[in-house]
Amino acid sequence: MNIHEYQAKALFEKYGVPVPKGAAAKSTAEFDTALGALPEGPTMVKSQIHAGGRGKGTFTDGFKGGVKYCKTKADAKLLAGRMLNNTLVTIQTGPAGRKVQTVYFTVASEIKKEYYLAILLDRASSRPVIVASTEGGVEIEKVAHETPEKIVKIFVDPAYGLADFQIRQIIFSLGLAGAEAKNATKLIRNLYNFYWETDASMVEVNPLITTPTGEVLALDAKVSFEDNALFRHPDIVALRDLNEEDPKEIEASRSSLSYIALDGNIACLVNGAGLAMATMDIIKHCGGEPANFLDVGGGASKDQVVAAFNIILGDPHVKGILVNIFGGIMDCNVIAAGIVEAVKVVGLKLPLVVRLEGNNAVMGRQTLADSGLTIVSGTSMADAAQKIVKLVG
Amino acid sequence: MSILITPETKVLVQGITGDFGGRHAKLSLDYGSGIVAGVTPGKGGQIFEYSTYRVPIFNTVAEAKAATGATVSAIFVPPPFAADAILECVDADLDLAVAITEGIPVRDMVRVKRAMLGRRTRLLGPNCPGIVTPGPGAGSKGGCRIGIAPGYIHRRGHVGVVSRSGTLTYEAVFQLTEKNIGQTTCVGIGGDPVNGTSHLDVIKLFNADPETHGIILIGEIGGNAEVEAARWIKAHCTKPVAGFIAGATAPAGRRMGHAGAIVGGAEDTAAAKIAVFRECGIEVAVTPSDMADALLRAAKAKGVTLS
Repeated sequence: MNIHEYQAKALFEKYGVPVPKGAAAKSTAEFDTALGALPEGPTMVKSQIHAGGRGKGTFTDGFKGGVKYCKTKADAKLLAGRMLNNTLVTIQTGPAGRKVQTVYFTVASEIKKEYYLAILLDRASSRPVIVASTEGGVEIEKVAHETPEKIVKIFVDPAYGLADFQIRQIIFSLGLAGAEAKNATKLIRNLYNFYWETDASMVEVNPLITTPTGEVLALDAKVSFEDNALFRHPDIVALRDLNEEDPKEIEASRSSLSYIALDGNIACLVNGAGLAMATMDIIKHCGGEPANFLDVGGGASKDQVVAAFNIILGDPHVKGILVNIFGGIMDCNVIAAGIVEAVKVVGLKLPLVVRLEGNNAVMGRQTLADSGLTIVSGTSMADAAQKIVKLVG
Repeated sequence: MSILITPETKVLVQGITGDFGGRHAKLSLDYGSGIVAGVTPGKGGQIFEYSTYRVPIFNTVAEAKAATGATVSAIFVPPPFAADAILECVDADLDLAVAITEGIPVRDMVRVKRAMLGRRTRLLGPNCPGIVTPGPGAGSKGGCRIGIAPGYIHRRGHVGVVSRSGTLTYEAVFQLTEKNIGQTTCVGIGGDPVNGTSHLDVIKLFNADPETHGIILIGEIGGNAEVEAARWIKAHCTKPVAGFIAGATAPAGRRMGHAGAIVGGAEDTAAAKIAVFRECGIEVAVTPSDMADALLRAAKAKGVTLS
């Protein structure tokens, strides 16, 4: 689960990670109150969406920049008016962009130098890794590619936690000393505690800055939390912003379906995540474009199939559907009956190819054939994919 | 021989009194697996009854092991308690813990994995379909099935299958069995980013097993476990290997069902992994329908008989 920058910074402050003073506003009526909380002087206005590249983004009305520096609070109020309820397109949003429903005002800090700091899971070692670099404010992927020696990685032993000497390794590699070193030590310690205690899956601060007075501040904050651990963090669940999520994906999660919208026109409905990915791949391999990833899980009850069809049909680009079920334990005939009912309930008009394999598959195929519905049967994944690609044309 | 488990293996089930655990314990008993004990805290002394089977239930894994000689556990415990269930197996020095549970928090698994260092127990999973060593009977009965895989699709033979995904494993096994090519053992290592046993661990076991003549390696986008296995195969594995990677069409940054199936960088895409497979002499299945055929091609090239 992702959260907004302003929410992440509020959590940072709670954990003792210093950030520039800021306040969020969700309507123009809230601008004055928000700005009133900040001192007069240079102010940043930041569009709050769950996507990176905001500063270099362009709004659909042509206004450039989702993050702006303003000399005065009055200017900040003016620019915030241009951003709020406007749609911002960045390299991460796709061409449709995202509607800005919150703007965040912060004090524009004086920057001495920018750094990079992130904490995430290192899969190879199964341990948290802290990634730090003197090259802040730029894309870290670029730094990793061009100057990998400028990135330091510290792996944390979960049995002991982050050790003091490891923080010193980071501090020295960043070339910090004096008050900066002292402040950065505290910040890294607290940021790690935040990462660990909240079950975050990634915490990224880019840039982390030093100021001329020796302060160390998180100027930006990108935080995501692990979905599997949300059950123990109701306070974090409360930060979820459904406006930032695809309504179809929200609806799917309510029916215990895992759904992700893609750009193609052949929808698929599959049991199992690996098989669902492989089904998307084989559609593409046969010359089609998958419209979605959809995993109905180990079971595939009638209600789930109906819910899945409704979600699929909510995508206007869909021109055909491929159902691929490997019924290992489940009776394929029961699944077939579910599909037939679902087709009738939703009044499906689009071409439908079903590939049923596994337990009692012969009876299941017969049930589909006897239904009187135009359901095309696929004998293998490859056969089914070829058929649906041909039908969609 | 098979790897990790045999038809003689004595198995206990943590969570046998739950719906999910109970249902699959019954299917495993039908298959012929040696389910000798159940563990549910607070229900010790009760009996899990099914058909003619009477499986004793214990309060702790240690008690179950002491009383029955069980060496392997199948874990069907809900996610908030699953890490603890794994640690209980480690504490009891079991040989193998098979964690079927889906949705265990990563932080829990990070701690569990660290706590398992240097201990006797091997962990398979979590979020995995389990492991099957097919038997000689009809529908491969008389073997050992631990977890949730359909037993009847298997056939006893000489191919090892290792995969992160459940249904893709079934797909591969089904294709093999349709061609009368049997399996030594089929292993699901699970779809989570932190798991107990890697592709490479299983490949090493298959390579050392004289009964296994060929291997199917099924992977996904995300992480570098498949690449690590492929490089080892190039250097050490003498047996024919076929590989498939799911997720070629998955967009970067989106989690595809499995918590571990997410493209984070240029090196964990399907294309990158497939390129490494080819470079390492692994016969790539171009589609999931091609997995058994790919292994047949690899075996033919090496002059190896699979059946």
